[in-house]
Amino acid sequence: MTHNRAFLKIFQFVTFFMMLLALYAIFVYAPVEKSMGIVQKIFYLHVPSAFLAFFAFFITFIASILYLYKRNHRWDMIAFSSAEIGVIFCTIVLITGPIWAKPIWNVWWTWDPRLTTTLILWFIYVVYLMLRRVAGENQRSTFSAVFGIFGFINVPITFLAIRLWRTIHPLVITGKGISISTPMTHTLIIASVAFFLLFLLLLINRIVLEKMRFKVEEIRAFIEDKIHLEHEKQGG
Amino acid sequence: MTFIQKVWAIVWKDITSELRTKEILLSMCLFSFLVLIIFNFALDTGLKNLRENISGILWVAFIFSGLMGLGRSFGVERDRGTLHGLLLCPISPWGIYLGKMIGTFIFMVVMEIFTLSIVTVLYNINVIPFLLPLGLIIFLGTLGFATIGTIFSAMSATTKARDVMLSILVFPISVPMIIASVKATGIILWGGAIQEIYSWLKILIAFDLVFLLLAYLTFGFIIEE
Repeated sequence: MTHNRAFLKIFQFVTFFMMLLALYAIFVYAPVEKSMGIVQKIFYLHVPSAFLAFFAFFITFIASILYLYKRNHRWDMIAFSSAEIGVIFCTIVLITGPIWAKPIWNVWWTWDPRLTTTLILWFIYVVYLMLRRVAGENQRSTFSAVFGIFGFINVPITFLAIRLWRTIHPLVITGKGISISTPMTHTLIIASVAFFLLFLLLLINRIVLEKMRFKVEEIRAFIEDKIHLEHEKQGG
Repeated sequence: MTFIQKVWAIVWKDITSELRTKEILLSMCLFSFLVLIIFNFALDTGLKNLRENISGILWVAFIFSGLMGLGRSFGVERDRGTLHGLLLCPISPWGIYLGKMIGTFIFMVVMEIFTLSIVTVLYNINVIPFLLPLGLIIFLGTLGFATIGTIFSAMSATTKARDVMLSILVFPISVPMIIASVKATGIILWGGAIQEIYSWLKILIAFDLVFLLLAYLTFGFIIEE
């Protein structure tokens, strides 16, 4: 346990350092984009978050399958933790997107396939988290695993349907077409690595927290049993 | 009894009990009727923008009333305390699923036929010439909706806030099916060629097959708890 804790400390420090480096790269190292201006910097938060949101939901999908297959509580914990963090990153994507879109596209939102799919994705995993709250203790893991699988499989079909829907109607805004200079690429890579480390750190911490909660519940049940036995002894 | 006979027994059980109480079908039909009327006021469906909107209105009516039927599908078993009896039937989970799904599907189709005839009268649209392609789209769309709906109906039947939970489980997943059905229906009612709806039909068929397969793989897990 102490060994793990030392590792987490080091990992935390490295993540912190990388986040500082990413901030430096975004605001000092990367040049201001000519046509878009300062608002383009949000791109370095937006893209890594989008990537991580999809990655997190993919982990939820795989862990859900493994849970149904192996029936090991650990996989359920991973699926849940990953979905929770995925929703956070997906929320960041959905908030940073419109902030960038308003000055560039002149609208907060457009029903483009990528945007719409991300919104549906966000909905699916918010529902996933809600399902875990309302489902009974003994069904929670199975139900959410099944929903995690359904939700993820649904994403490519949704994307195809929305793309087809949009190509029939004329598109108001087409293509993003951002040409990136080398320092910008470097910044994007640094920011992606920093965000990935942050994601891993959050995931590990969330799983540790969930394990502790599980243990506390076990201990509580044990103590309650003891008290119950004591009472019975005294009564009889 | 063969597998098909067993599945049919479950379907027949639902139909018989429905014919005695008529609570699901009546409320579904009335509700979709009301949706049509409310949309008439909400969108002011004069002749001008009628055709563009009618496919959307139609599918909103189908899906909202379908949701009512779905909520009852497993909800009614739970309320009457017959859920355990159903689960104890000497049939695989897949058979129970199919029976329940086909039952919901049939109820929805009856409601849809009713809704279409109301639309024909109230909105002055003659659906008779488009009956074949329209029937195909409605068949595939309703099948997809019943496929995912039955899974989530079984899930939400045992959770708190059952009805709310069912709708928020079903809607995000049914997005591709809704888009494809509405678009294809629109094209047909606009008098478009049958070739124009092929890509939408492909999406509907893919949706139905993928989720039927997923239901086959996962339904056992849901009802074993």
